[in-house]
Amino acid sequence: MERSVTVATPPGSQRSPRSGVTSVGNAEATVRRRRRRLVGLLVLLLVLTAAVLASIAIGSKPIALPEVWHALTSPTGTEDDIVIGSLRLPRTMLGLAVGIALGVAGALMQGHTRNPLADPGLLGVNQGAAFAIVLSIFMLRTDDIYTLVWFGFAGALVATVAVFALGSVGRGGPTPVTLALAGAAISALLYALTSALVLLDAQSLEAFRFWRSGSLAGRDPEIVLQVLPFLVAGLVLALINSPGLNALSLGEDVARSLGQSVLLTRVVGIAAVTLLTGAAVSACGPIGFVGLVVPHMARAITGPDYRWLLPYSGLLGAIMLLVADVVGRVVARPGELQVGIMLALIGAPFFLILVRRRRLVRL
Amino acid sequence: MGRETSIPGRPALRVGPVSWMVRLRPVLVPVIAFGLLALAMAVNLGRGDFPIGVGDVLAVLLGGGDDTHAYIVLELRLPRALTGALVGAALALAGAITQSIARNPLASPDILGVTAGAGVGAVAVIMLGGSAGGISGGIAELGLPAAALGGGLVAALFVFAISWQRGIDGYRLVLVGLGITAVLVAIKFYLLTLSEVADAGRAMVWITGSLNGRGWEHVTPVALALLVLVPLALFTARPLGGLQFGDDTARGLGIRVNGSRAALILIAVGLAATATASAGPVEFVALATPQIAMRMAGTPQPPLVGSMVLGAALTVIADVIARTAFGVVELPVGIVTAVIGAPYLMYLLVRRYREVRT
Repeated sequence: MERSVTVATPPGSQRSPRSGVTSVGNAEATVRRRRRRLVGLLVLLLVLTAAVLASIAIGSKPIALPEVWHALTSPTGTEDDIVIGSLRLPRTMLGLAVGIALGVAGALMQGHTRNPLADPGLLGVNQGAAFAIVLSIFMLRTDDIYTLVWFGFAGALVATVAVFALGSVGRGGPTPVTLALAGAAISALLYALTSALVLLDAQSLEAFRFWRSGSLAGRDPEIVLQVLPFLVAGLVLALINSPGLNALSLGEDVARSLGQSVLLTRVVGIAAVTLLTGAAVSACGPIGFVGLVVPHMARAITGPDYRWLLPYSGLLGAIMLLVADVVGRVVARPGELQVGIMLALIGAPFFLILVRRRRLVRL
Repeated sequence: MGRETSIPGRPALRVGPVSWMVRLRPVLVPVIAFGLLALAMAVNLGRGDFPIGVGDVLAVLLGGGDDTHAYIVLELRLPRALTGALVGAALALAGAITQSIARNPLASPDILGVTAGAGVGAVAVIMLGGSAGGISGGIAELGLPAAALGGGLVAALFVFAISWQRGIDGYRLVLVGLGITAVLVAIKFYLLTLSEVADAGRAMVWITGSLNGRGWEHVTPVALALLVLVPLALFTARPLGGLQFGDDTARGLGIRVNGSRAALILIAVGLAATATASAGPVEFVALATPQIAMRMAGTPQPPLVGSMVLGAALTVIADVIARTAFGVVELPVGIVTAVIGAPYLMYLLVRRYREVRT
């Protein structure tokens, strides 16, 4: 097709056939678009670096940048070094990891369900983790946070597998509609059971409430390391999944005729979402907004190509989460505002402007 | 009755030159749901700490019975049961309309900003009124529902205004609703963190959504809203089927796309806001009932009447269980609706899969 067009267009001819013009124009536009997206990615990386530095430097005790550099490269045990090493750095890393994970997972989830209302928790990940944690507090009477992380992770896995099974038993396998509905149904059920347990047993409430609040503060630094392998595995799976997801968004029939295994693509995608979200949720509780809204922002910038959308989503998610966390530390001194609240207050206006101004890219 | 030309399973009814297709299931679903509703109401009125037999309940309802029974049934249980039924009906109808407009099975009136707006209004009143009003004082009885109603309506108008760009587009509506809801929920939680412990506790009770202690003053607004909005909805909903084909086809079919869509959204907002003001956000009814009713009735989109009656039945059944199943502890009705409704929705998903393009 491409070649026949170039043959049909004599070099230097001003009045080339219409198809030839658009094709050549398209190729140039593609190159230009790719360059623009690469630059955008670089800009996002720079902003992210700034956000990371800000998150380390700004807090109830402001630390100058030279001190930050000193603490990061050659800590000598000064007060600033200790604050950074034991508090700010773990918190920043947690925000970075969770932001990337939720952003990518949200984009994947919306792609697989083709539903703009889908968030990473849609397949029951959040509610599965919550229910498992409450159940383990209720049955084992433990509030050891390390044990709970694993229970939460297991619960997330079980819930997702259940949703996926329920969504695929019908004729036609897992489709966007059945997956979304199965996820909504199982999430609602688990949420109800969790609430009932918490209401009936006051002891479960305390430990659960802490987990549930969804915050970057006060989480143990070890937890980041615990869940890191799962995050990395999830990210790799997500990147592998992106070309397949591109094909799937043309519709299942077209994807199949392009040689995609629809089921395999879905399984890989859902596995990635589960790993990413499960790790993020069990590390710092459910954090809303990032997974739901950030992919829409990224889509408004990149368009529907998941190979670009996923990295943009991840970076934007991390930036939003870190910035919201920093602002939350500053506005309510000496206390702080929960990151979830700040996220919505800062992010939503941006989001609304994007939705109104850009031509909408549909799922 | 020319059976030979009918589609199998869909007999055509022919009387002389007139003929129309009879589909039994869309008619049966509301009828069966209504039967369930009546049964659940009867059980709900009879059961409780002071059990009353069905005969006595009927006697009271017909104007007789002894004074104790009359007091318990008419003043305590009937308003509560009626609130449940009406709220369930209103939410389910609003849900059916929203899901059809957004063409999204995950949409509920929540995405129109109604629930979150009502939450902000209610929490603000509880905090500002605080100890002055108390949960049973004048502020609670008048101000709380009014503030919730106002909050819900204002939020929905915001969503509506921001998503209006030479007409309402279902996709943009959903996205704008997401954004506004996120802000409102954040504000609600911010208010909660500012408030004192006692106020926060009372606010949490409202936020969970409950039918506890609902009296006639909660029945009247929802009843009025239903009385006005249901006929309006049924009248306006005629183009809803055509809207499923997308804007261009709908226009080609002669539907005034923007006008009818806007009218339907406003009706859904009115229904959801009044219901939420009366009982707090009863979750899941608006989301799941339309999908359940659609699968039971075998229609291509959520049936309005079927969803409505089924929503009422589900809420009242859930209320019976919430009141009586756990002895002293009373569960919020929203939790029980999910426990009953979710497995049924799952069963329907497993049993029969229909390709439904949304």
